[in-house]
Amino acid sequence: MTDPILSLTEARLTLDGNAGPVEILRGISLSVAKGETLGLIGPSGSGKSSLLMLMGGLERATGGTITALGRDLTAMDEDALARFRREHMGVVFQSFHLIPTMTALENVATPLELAGMADAFDRAAEELAAVGLASRADHYPAQMSGGEQQRVALARASAPRPDILLADEPTGNLDGPNGEAIMDLLFGLRDRHGATLVLVTHAPELANRCDRVIRLRDGILDRQEAAA
Amino acid sequence: MSLTADARLAARFAARELRGGLSGFRILLACLALGVAAIAGVGSVRSAIEAGLSEEGAALLGGDAEVSFTYRFATEEERAWMEETADQLSEIADFRSMAVVERDGETERALTQIKAVDDAYPLVGSVALTPEMPLADAFACDPARPCVVAEALLTDRLGLEPGDSLRLGSKDFTLAAVLEREPDSATAGFAFGPRLIVRRADLDGAGLLEPGTLYDSHYRMTLPPDVSVDAAKATALERYEATGLRWRDARNGAPGVARFVDRLGAFLILVGLSGLAVGGVGVSAAVRAYLARKTSVIATLRTLGATRRVIFLTYFLQIGVLAVLGIAIGLILGAVVPMAFAPLIAEQLPVPARFGLFPGTLAEAAIYGLLTALIFTLWPLARTEDIRAATLFRDALSAGRLLPSLPFLGAIFGLLALLVALAAFFSGTWTLTLWTAGGILFALVVLALAGAGLRQLARRLQRAARGAAPLRWALSAIGGPRSEVLPVVLSLGLGLSVLAAVGQIDGNLRGAITRQLPDRAPSYFFVDIQRDQIDGFLERVETDPAVSRVEHAPMLRGIITRINGQPAREVAGDHWVIRGDRGITYSAALPETSRITEGEWWPEDYAGPPLISFAAEEAAELGLKIGDEMTVNVLGRDITGTVASFREVDFSTAGMGFILAMNEAALAGAPHSFIATVYAEEEAEAAILRDVGSAAPNVTAIRVRDAIDRVALLLAGIASATSWGAAATLLTGFLVLIGAALSGERERIYEAAVLKTLGASRGRILGSLALRSALMGAGAGVVALAAGIAGGWAVCFFVLETEFSVIWGNAFAVVLGGLLANLLAGLAFAWRPLSVRPARVLRAQE
Repeated sequence: MTDPILSLTEARLTLDGNAGPVEILRGISLSVAKGETLGLIGPSGSGKSSLLMLMGGLERATGGTITALGRDLTAMDEDALARFRREHMGVVFQSFHLIPTMTALENVATPLELAGMADAFDRAAEELAAVGLASRADHYPAQMSGGEQQRVALARASAPRPDILLADEPTGNLDGPNGEAIMDLLFGLRDRHGATLVLVTHAPELANRCDRVIRLRDGILDRQEAAA
Repeated sequence: MSLTADARLAARFAARELRGGLSGFRILLACLALGVAAIAGVGSVRSAIEAGLSEEGAALLGGDAEVSFTYRFATEEERAWMEETADQLSEIADFRSMAVVERDGETERALTQIKAVDDAYPLVGSVALTPEMPLADAFACDPARPCVVAEALLTDRLGLEPGDSLRLGSKDFTLAAVLEREPDSATAGFAFGPRLIVRRADLDGAGLLEPGTLYDSHYRMTLPPDVSVDAAKATALERYEATGLRWRDARNGAPGVARFVDRLGAFLILVGLSGLAVGGVGVSAAVRAYLARKTSVIATLRTLGATRRVIFLTYFLQIGVLAVLGIAIGLILGAVVPMAFAPLIAEQLPVPARFGLFPGTLAEAAIYGLLTALIFTLWPLARTEDIRAATLFRDALSAGRLLPSLPFLGAIFGLLALLVALAAFFSGTWTLTLWTAGGILFALVVLALAGAGLRQLARRLQRAARGAAPLRWALSAIGGPRSEVLPVVLSLGLGLSVLAAVGQIDGNLRGAITRQLPDRAPSYFFVDIQRDQIDGFLERVETDPAVSRVEHAPMLRGIITRINGQPAREVAGDHWVIRGDRGITYSAALPETSRITEGEWWPEDYAGPPLISFAAEEAAELGLKIGDEMTVNVLGRDITGTVASFREVDFSTAGMGFILAMNEAALAGAPHSFIATVYAEEEAEAAILRDVGSAAPNVTAIRVRDAIDRVALLLAGIASATSWGAAATLLTGFLVLIGAALSGERERIYEAAVLKTLGASRGRILGSLALRSALMGAGAGVVALAAGIAGGWAVCFFVLETEFSVIWGNAFAVVLGGLLANLLAGLAFAWRPLSVRPARVLRAQE
């Protein structure tokens, strides 16, 4: 295995619930190699989305260490994490999470603006064209279908050419044909730009498109296997 | 299903939904409560003053009834009638004079309003003095140097202590005590100088109250139980009104004050209505936000078969219950707060007030609150009609049509008309109400259009802001869907518009009085110059090189009693010119400052039947024509003349302006004095006063600058009361802003979470949040300023007829105030978006 781009050691996540603390992740250790595609599967509530959030620094681990590109994410503050994501990560969500007050073009341009790129909007337009939405650039999210919104989200995540692409059930809210189209786009973008991809999914056939699949159960690693 | 069955079903649904508590309705409750409380509070204070004036009428008036004359005392016959009618009778004379103190070779003079009383004064109530003593004891002095009492304002100005000497006219007096309170002060009207009380008998030999002196005499009476006030009034007016008798009785002891309080109260309630309108915007926004949250519930109910009527009633009842609760809170606050602060408020008022619960006043505020709540909730509630089962889980409300259906629009406009009609009925002034209602509606429409314009502008500017990410995000939030710009501009804008208009009007009016007027106005008015003193007086002032102009004219006072043989009131109604007595003059030649607009001035040697020259503008208002006959009662004698000409009279310069002038022969025989205006350099004023005072001690000098200061002070009080009203509007506006910020908090938290995911630091997110608040606030401020300046100009130009210029200090304060207010409201709700972890927010949306 080449040098890991992502590495978790005994990562834990405990959240305070109404009925007391809830252990979401109970000591996860794993590594992801540069350029690898990793599928995370498991039943609902097993902690796979939470694990992805820890990897993206969107959630703070309550124990253990998480390193990405050799940097310890658990030692960074909120703003340092934001800057790290800006430079190295792209995230795609099940519910798209586009900003409703911005058009498709503006949504895609936002991470490029954050990175200080002068040609943010030109590049954003290219990215939108790459996902087949050049004609929808001036539309607001509420004016687009779920599939279109997810394509905008994909364009937004891949526009800054991140080293790591994190995708949390990106087809979970889409029907079969739309879901397949999104997965083709996701893997196509990943292949084109060579990013490391961590994909959370319920669907075994999607997971099987990854180099490696890890199964979670009750917040611990159940099994990991090389995909076919 | 019948309406009753639908209503029952809707009531059950509504009750279930209300079990969730009031957390989403705090702003709705606060907006209505504050708006209603402001109106109920102002109304309660007004009612308390009216109750005080009514209860203390006799003390305010100084008796059960009062008969007054201008320029003369009662005739034998009039006095005999009063003595016959009354139980007790007291005579006083009220006039202006100069109080003079000589100390270490220096002479100091101050204008004072003298009340010359008899031993019976006061018939009702008591005079409060320091040191404490009865008035009779204060007057019990050495008859060679009689005693007076005077207000602290006068004694302080002249440096007098009890026991010190002062001179009135040509006689020396001793200050016995400081006058703290006179029971009948509220009836005196506008006084130029502080009060001094002296026994009239002690004025003998002072050279004051000579024939031709400007004074009023008042006769206060207490009536025996068997004499009806109405009967006494009828007799008095029937017998003596034509000779100048004026009547007042305790039922309306201080009509001027009562009218002022009534008008100011009505005006403040109308300002309060603008606060309620702002509250209405908040109510509307709260209902809209609530219904947006309930879209899925409504769509589900529709899926399950609920009709549009059931759904409308379900939410109408919920909002109705909450509105009634908000109004009730407002009424309690509006009733209790004035009572709680009664001692404090009473201390600030120059008139008595009796605080208590005034059901009529509270009912008025409740009606305003209910109608406002209905008007502003029907619009968003009407949109529940647009939510169909198929729109489940879609952003249905934002895609709805702009206007509600016709029946709802009709109902909204009907309620609006009812609100305006009721406001006019309660305030008693249709003109003011229609202007205010029109102003509020106009401002709301302008602000709504401006809000839409700002949104468009933000959209257009987004392209230019590319490269400055926080600014572009801010512009996206302002220009994009779910923008908060409309409620912000409406709520903040209306309050700021009122404040800007008040500021511009107040500033211009004060400017007109304090800056423009003294440049053109004379330095002094000299009144009560006797015929044998006028030549000496003119010699002194006309030869002074520091004096640029002197005007003088004979001055009498007269009441216009008949026009073309008919009672003047029947011809001219309640026009101010025929309400009481007016200064009149005579002249052989046309004064240099006058210009004839119609008719002809009489020849200088004219000695025929009396001719009249009347002020042109007032003549037009009274409907006078050249050749009309007019009867004027001067000192009890009727003089009937023919209107020969109309003149242009400019009252705005505070110079000499007489409504009515007659030819010399008509009036010269009547006892009278002269009035003069002197235009001098400020440095020479003191010397002129000293010389005139020494040569003619009875002559009263009114320094125009002092008079202007007193008028400015009075205006400042009115402006300040109006500003408080506007501040209540602004406070409601601020509540609405907080409501808008609160209802948008979820969106901002979500947006911040996404931006953090994309790599934005908290500093940049905070910058964007602050920018959008500041931009919207400044936008609201600029729009409000434009509306305020337009309103201010309209009032100055059409109502006050003064020149208008923008008061820039106030203008900048309004824009800055808008910016800061919205920034504050926005930043108060920025903490959560910045502190919440993105994963929690984003996963909660999955």
